[in-house]
Parts: sequence; structure tokens; C-alpha cells
Amino acid sequence: MNSTPTKLAGWGNFPVHETLLCTPPAPSLDYSGSEPVLARGEGKSYGDASLNPGGLTISTRHWDRFLSFDPDTGLLLCEAGTTLDAIINHFLPRGWFVPVTPGTRLVSVGGAFACNVHGKNHHADKSFAQHVTRLELGLADGTRQWCTPNDDLFWATAGGMGLTGIILRLEMRLIRVETSLIRQRSLVARNLAEMLSLCAEYDSQYKYSVAWIDCLASGDSLGRGILMLGEHATREELTKASLESPGGQKLSVPIFAPGMLLNKFTITAFNELYFRLQKSKAGDSYLPVGPFFHPLDAIGTWNKLYGKRGFIQYQFVVPEAEAHAVVTEVLNRCRAEGWNSFLSVLKRFGEDSPPVSLSFPFPGVTLTLDVPVRNGLMEFLELLDEIVLAAGGRVYLAKDARLSAESFRLMYPEFPAWLEVKRQVDPDWKFSSALSRRLAMEA
Amino acid sequence: MKDRKILIVGGNSAIAFEVARLLAEKGASLYLLGRDTERLERNVQDLQVRTEGKVGFAEFEASDTASHKALWEQADQEMGGLNGLLVAQGWMGEQEQLESDFEQQKELFEVNFLGAISFLTYAAEKFAQQKDGLIAAISSPAGDRGRKKNYVYGAAKGALTLYMSGLRQRLHGSNVNVLTIKPGFVSTPMTEGLKLPLVAQPEVVARDIVEAMEKGRDELYTPFFWRYIMTIIKNIPEVIFKRMSV
Repeated sequence: MNSTPTKLAGWGNFPVHETLLCTPPAPSLDYSGSEPVLARGEGKSYGDASLNPGGLTISTRHWDRFLSFDPDTGLLLCEAGTTLDAIINHFLPRGWFVPVTPGTRLVSVGGAFACNVHGKNHHADKSFAQHVTRLELGLADGTRQWCTPNDDLFWATAGGMGLTGIILRLEMRLIRVETSLIRQRSLVARNLAEMLSLCAEYDSQYKYSVAWIDCLASGDSLGRGILMLGEHATREELTKASLESPGGQKLSVPIFAPGMLLNKFTITAFNELYFRLQKSKAGDSYLPVGPFFHPLDAIGTWNKLYGKRGFIQYQFVVPEAEAHAVVTEVLNRCRAEGWNSFLSVLKRFGEDSPPVSLSFPFPGVTLTLDVPVRNGLMEFLELLDEIVLAAGGRVYLAKDARLSAESFRLMYPEFPAWLEVKRQVDPDWKFSSALSRRLAMEA
Repeated sequence: MKDRKILIVGGNSAIAFEVARLLAEKGASLYLLGRDTERLERNVQDLQVRTEGKVGFAEFEASDTASHKALWEQADQEMGGLNGLLVAQGWMGEQEQLESDFEQQKELFEVNFLGAISFLTYAAEKFAQQKDGLIAAISSPAGDRGRKKNYVYGAAKGALTLYMSGLRQRLHGSNVNVLTIKPGFVSTPMTEGLKLPLVAQPEVVARDIVEAMEKGRDELYTPFFWRYIMTIIKNIPEVIFKRMSV
């Protein structure tokens, strides 16, 4: 296999490592050398999860074929490098949608499974792996194996960050939708307590739910923001809505997301929307899946806006009972120490506890902050780690580039059980990554 | 494209496969000829998910022109009457090896030219008769002027371009469109490892090709700027050109 020395980074552009990169035309198990091996999909994990310094990185870019689809069950079998984008492009016009999508659709299904990604519907539908019915894994000994949710190896691979083997093919269940539009309802919360109670109240009524929090608000307004709820629009309601308002749908909420650049303009736009909504209390609108689920995809390489040193997206989850105290503390600290992340995203997770898995979500509240890399950031994030740990929380490995090995073990009590499975299939750690080495998983 | 039944010769080529995907999305029926059955099956599976039309395939060797008539008839029969052809097989070879080895040059002409005009002949006959058809072939800007870096490949593609041009004139008025496609540098397994400027992705080139097919164009440079580059290169006087190293 041809491989070329290449410098690679995750979506956060930090860190950057050199690796031998090869891009096989079809799913293959061509990795008999002695160097550590890692598969990489679209490279959309933020930190070092897809990096393999000094080793062989197998890109799954060309493994993008659909293999079969059953319109009776919605089961789609495809190769691991297939992107959610490709699936949505083909299937949405035909009445199907992906069961779970993260904030970008430019991810491979293999990567989505390996990170066990979640979406705005986590409270209702859990994480990505819960919708996968089987997958084919290339193992360390060069053999291939199909796994199903009955196998420990399946769950160790879900959220296993690519460390159990190379995902070659995967079967997932698409969901039926009647239209390609989302009916969005936006609600204003004047502070964090109001936001958390709105989440708890409305999550049971809506399939999709996510909140934007104004990080610059303080005092009585701390944690103020907009809760965005969504449902797939039905044909009936669209016909009804267009009958009621001649001239088609009026959008009561502007879609400013593509202009949602990560600067002062963002907060201006946020404020405008916030106050407009406050006057009208709530806004209902219909919008395409793109602006609802993947607003930043429209900007393309928005990650470059943070400059050469890159950025870290810090995402943690804490149990619901601790959420108010922890989010308050974190937002206060960010503001006090000048780590402004203009907008951050808050979401309530539902029940989700796959066995032997390093999956991120558990029932509770998750908060996401974007922070550019500059001096002092690592120390600051360690401080946040302590706050999160004290509340029984954890950070998301798919976005991590700096967590310590000790904190990792405390945050992921499932690690010993996961390690048991890893030892059965890959005792010599043929598959490893910058992330697994940083977190001293092997030791 | 729903009523099109298209034979794609060289169906494993990266460009041809991306074109096939777009045609499948538009509901076309497709029959792929390619060299590696395992890869072909994978491609066929993908296309079958995308189209409501029929998808078939067979293994073939571009240089084995004696087998082409039977393959054409087989595809025609299985698809219930072809009305489209895309010739996409290509082999670049290594110029340095080629220029001193006649046997290799002969093989390159068999793959790139003779193995193309066999299918073009059968398609032209049938499509002219049924007064319905779409013929497209992937040639190359390399066929626009001979250069020392790739004149063997260029000569074979140049011959294909001339052949297509004549065919276009012959079939004019018989409701058969003849499209000559000249892609610039495209990132494919064929060009992997080469240090090339202005490289385009196969998906982008494929979009241009399908658009040109739908609009019934005669000739397509893709990406578009290759038309200007080649206009300049074609117009350099030979006395100067022979001293150049382009």
C-alpha cells in the first residue's frame, strides 16, 4: 500500500502530528507492518482522536459505497467512509433521514460510530450506535468480523475511538420523514434556572432540543439563552400552514446561522434574536434540515477562524442535579478569567448507558464551549476538569486534546471493562492513537 | 435520464463512477464494464441503491477488442436496448518506458483508442438506426498537442478526439449527441503520486460531464479553465514550442 508522510490535525487544528497516510481505494486490511495503525474518516473529531503520530493512518475516504437499502425496514448497509451528508443527500428527497446527526453532517459513519456521536435528539433517541444494527470490523490479526449489539465488541467499538479495529462496513436504520422541513419552536429563557426547567418541560414533547447560551450575560441573566425545539414537519401541517398564510411560509425567526461567525457579530445577532423573541414570547417557523442541524457546514472551514494555533471545543456532561451549580460556576469562571466563548450550546441528555463503552453521553446536562488556544488555556481547562469531576461529570473524548490520564480514568469508570474487551481482540495494541497514548490507556 | 440505458466502458474509473452515480440519482439504467470484478460489484451495489433503473455489469479487458462485440450485444440484450454509451477507460503509462518500447505503445493504443472505437462503432450503428442516443467519450487535453512528457498517451487521446469529431458530423441530424470530454488533472488512482497543479476532484468533474450530457454539448473541458490553457498551448508556434518544456 502506498503511504505518504503527511501532517494531520483534527477539526480544531490542534495538535498537529506527522503520520504515514494511506488512502486505499476499497475497504482493506493491508496493515501487516509493525507500526501502530489507526483509521481516520473525515477528520472531524476536534482533538487528537484521529491522529497517529509515527504510525500508519488508513483513510477511509474512498470507502463510500452504499451497499444495500431495504425500503421496508429503512436498513442501510454502507461502507464506513460514507458520510452522513451523502446519505442525507440521497435519502432525504426519498423520505428518509439519519437517526442521529451531530452538528456537522460531513462525518463518516465509521467515525460517527467510533465516537458514538449524539445529536439534538439524544434525550429522545439516544446516541448514534443505538441505531446501528451490525458492523464489520477489521481486527488486529488481519481477520474480519461482523458484530451486532449482542456482542461486547460492538459496544467497545461504539465510542471506542477506533481502538478496537477498523470499521469496514456498517448497517444502520434510517428513519421515515414526511417532508424535508423541520418545524422549529424557539423559546426564550431569561436565566439558567429558567433554561433548565424549559429543557426538562419541553424535551418530552419535542424530538429535537438544543439551547444557545449567551456566555457574556452575568448576574441575574447568567445562562440566558434561546431553547430551540424541533420536529420533522408533516405533510398535513405544511398544507395547512400554507393554506393559512397565502404566499407561502413566513419565517418568524431569521436563519442567521450561516453568518454565525465566531466573533462579535455572533453575539449581536444573538441579542437581536433574543430580544425579538422576548417580545413575541415564542416563534414557530419551518426551516430546512441544513440550517436546523448543520448551520456551520454552510461556512465550510469555520475552524480556521481561530487562527493557526487552533482551538479546543470543551464539552462536558454532568448529572442533572448538579447542572445548575456546575454551569453557573463554569460560565462565571470563563467570564472572570477572560475565556469568552461568545455562545455556547447546552443540551439535556437522556438515558443512555451502553455496556463496556467509552461513550460520552449519560443522563444529565451537557455544555459546549469553543476556546481558542493561547497561553494559559491548558491550566484553565484543568480547573474546569476539576469542577466537572467533582460533580461526577466527564468530558467528550471526540473533542478532547488535553485531558490528563488520571482525570480520564476518573471520568470514565467503564474503562476497565472496556480494556478487557480490548485485550481480547488487540492485546498488543496494534490500534492506537495520539489520544490513547496521551491518556495512557495502554499502561 | 430516466429512460436512458447507458453502457459505461471502464466503469471502475474514478471519473466514470462518479458520473454513473449522478446518472443513477437521476434514475438512469446502467451497465458497467470493468476489469476488476470485486471493485465492479461494489460499484454496482452502490448504483443499485441509488437508481430505480436496472444496473448490470460484466468483466472486460479494454485491449481485447475481439471480445467487445459480444460484450456490446450482451449488455444491449440484458438492458433491453441500449441508448447511451460512455467510454471512460484509460491508461496513461509511463512516458519514459513507452517511448522506447513499441509493444507497450501498441498496448496503450489498444486500451485508449482501439478499445474505445470498437464500442463507438457498435453504438453509432444502433443509435443512428433507432434515431436516439447519447455518446460520450473521455478524451484528454493531452490529445490537443503532442508534448514530450506524454505524447504517446496524447496521440492515442488525440486520435480519439478526431474520431469523435468525425462521428459527431456523421450523426448530426439523427438525434444522437456526441460529446467529447477533456478533463484536466483529476485526483484519481491513475494520477496518484504524481505532483500535478490545478488538480480537480472527480465529483466536480462528474457534475460538469452530466450537465454537458443533459445539455447536448459537443465538447467539454473540465474544469472550464482548461479550454483557455489549451487554447494558449495550441497557438504557440511550433518553432518556439519545440524548444519549450511544458
